[in-house]
Amino acid sequence: MNGADRIAAAFSSCERRAALMPYLMGGFPDLAISLAIANGYVDGGADLIELGVPFSDPLADGPVIQNAGSAALAAGATLDGVLTVASEISARVPVVLMCYSNAVLARETERFVSDIAAAGVSGLIVPDLPLEEAPATAESCASAGVAFVPLAAPTSTDERLAQIGAAAQGFLYTVAVAGTTGERGDDSDYGEVIARVRAHTSAPVALGFGISTPQQASDAADAGADGVIIGSRLVREAAQSDDPASACASLVEQFAQALR
Amino acid sequence: MSNAGVEHRFGPYGGQYVPETLMPALAELEAAWVSARADQGYQTELARLLRDYAGRPTPLYLAERLSAVAGRTIYLKREDLLHTGAHKINNALGQALLALRMGKRRIIAETGAGQHGVASATACALLDLECVVYMGAEDIRRQAPNVQRMELLGATVVAVEVGARTLKEAVSEAIRDWVTNVADSHYIIGSAVGPAPYPAIVRDLQRCIGDEAREQILEREGRLPRRVIACVGGGSNAIGAFTAFVGDDDVELIGVEAAGEGIESGRHGAPLTVGGRPGVLHGSLSALLQDDEGQIAEAHSISAGLDYPGSGPEHAWLRDSGRATYVAVTDSEALAAFERTAQLEGIIPALEPAHAIHFALNVPSDSELDLICLSGRGDKDLAEVLKLLGRS
Repeated sequence: MNGADRIAAAFSSCERRAALMPYLMGGFPDLAISLAIANGYVDGGADLIELGVPFSDPLADGPVIQNAGSAALAAGATLDGVLTVASEISARVPVVLMCYSNAVLARETERFVSDIAAAGVSGLIVPDLPLEEAPATAESCASAGVAFVPLAAPTSTDERLAQIGAAAQGFLYTVAVAGTTGERGDDSDYGEVIARVRAHTSAPVALGFGISTPQQASDAADAGADGVIIGSRLVREAAQSDDPASACASLVEQFAQALR
Repeated sequence: MSNAGVEHRFGPYGGQYVPETLMPALAELEAAWVSARADQGYQTELARLLRDYAGRPTPLYLAERLSAVAGRTIYLKREDLLHTGAHKINNALGQALLALRMGKRRIIAETGAGQHGVASATACALLDLECVVYMGAEDIRRQAPNVQRMELLGATVVAVEVGARTLKEAVSEAIRDWVTNVADSHYIIGSAVGPAPYPAIVRDLQRCIGDEAREQILEREGRLPRRVIACVGGGSNAIGAFTAFVGDDDVELIGVEAAGEGIESGRHGAPLTVGGRPGVLHGSLSALLQDDEGQIAEAHSISAGLDYPGSGPEHAWLRDSGRATYVAVTDSEALAAFERTAQLEGIIPALEPAHAIHFALNVPSDSELDLICLSGRGDKDLAEVLKLLGRS
């Protein structure tokens, strides 16, 4: 089964509820614990896992994920190390890798994509690779059977949404608010952005950026999201807890309950 | 309306490696620029401000005592005499007027040495715009007078405490602010870096340096210089000085980067000089200091304005195409040139162009006529330099 099919199967097995897609910073606080956290996510009810590759200059990320990335790098994280987490965890749920474009270029696009495919990665998200810059990466993904997952934003014009929606493989990563990743207050209105994106794609619409409470996750699902991505809230839990794996597992469980 | 001249790529370099959230804003910026540069009203207003407010044209000065030391004629293009003390005001005024045209009344800027921050704060005070300047905490320490100036001008200076706490982190934080506040904010990037259309806009707003200098030297010497020499951090004064001469095949273009503690020490800011695999930083593909995994390395330079691991994409292309050459000068060499220029010419240069002056004074050449872009004055560096020279 190729990556796109595997992701599609994960979404359809959720039937009428939204898929829970927690984000994990690979190698944070170290490689072994990040693998334990990933297993905790699956135990808690994750349907797919978004696995972050730490980067020195993450433009789309707020302070929690920035700091986790820096700490992971300081602890010796490498792409190959993060891919060992992908290898293990992709046996349980589909893994979508999230990394910045310079990581892809550093290994050369084709080899990068074939390496992540070999590690069992089903999809690739590159937050600083808009459609205009994406053709080479999307092409390599297509030939390696990895779903290339583009991002849509509240600021995207209808014309861009049409192009992004048509290009989406696996799912369409929909950015809930203009801004960087990070926890936000409870007053978010997700309906409009989901409806706009939905009109332009047949792929599942997954909402991320700022969703940090079970209530917000449930609101996102009620607003029509096919998948809900939880990032900074979980990474903060991993940073603050003495036992990150079980703390994250029980937090994911709370999100999972909110989506049932 | 033509978009010609708003390059997205310079050879393989450049591009728009930014979050989707910013893509519509970049398109809006490009459209606004294409319309503004063809608009007589915008051009007249910018020309008026550059002349009456900023002090253009700047003099081209025959530096006789430096010439005597070098054994060839050296002219300095005196961008240090501009209002706010550096070439940065050329770009800040042009982009602040552009923000007004776009109806964006909140300005974001980053700054390394503080010169671009001061220029942006100045333009914002003049045009009644809100101004937020991101500056690395280390740069705030070593460029304290510029922080005080920005605050006096009404800008909010935000200290960036991550990483090496210098220019790279300040640019990242400015971009994050822009991603968050893109609806009402314009980001005035200070150098010829960033996603398209920024490198082209900044070049077009800085090319007055070379346009004026070319005309002035023809008038004074009756011929073109053999070499045009400018320091390169991101590369805005250099691209501004080079552009008018790019078509003059007999004029050598030389960009001088920061060799920091020496290229071999690994502690430098000279991505164009050392070469290697290009990479993506701050929205464009260019020469870059990075490791095998693509993690961006920390640069090092005594001068905050050159303390940057990236470089403008057009410079990377000028290098690869063989049109320009890039070299590097160390911290201590720049310090020596700083002192020497003060003592020989009564001009205190910023540490950034002191790198270019050192190259012209000390590296043998058969050139008989050099034009150096003196991109800014050194008042901001005094405390740091005196400390390093052991005099305070």
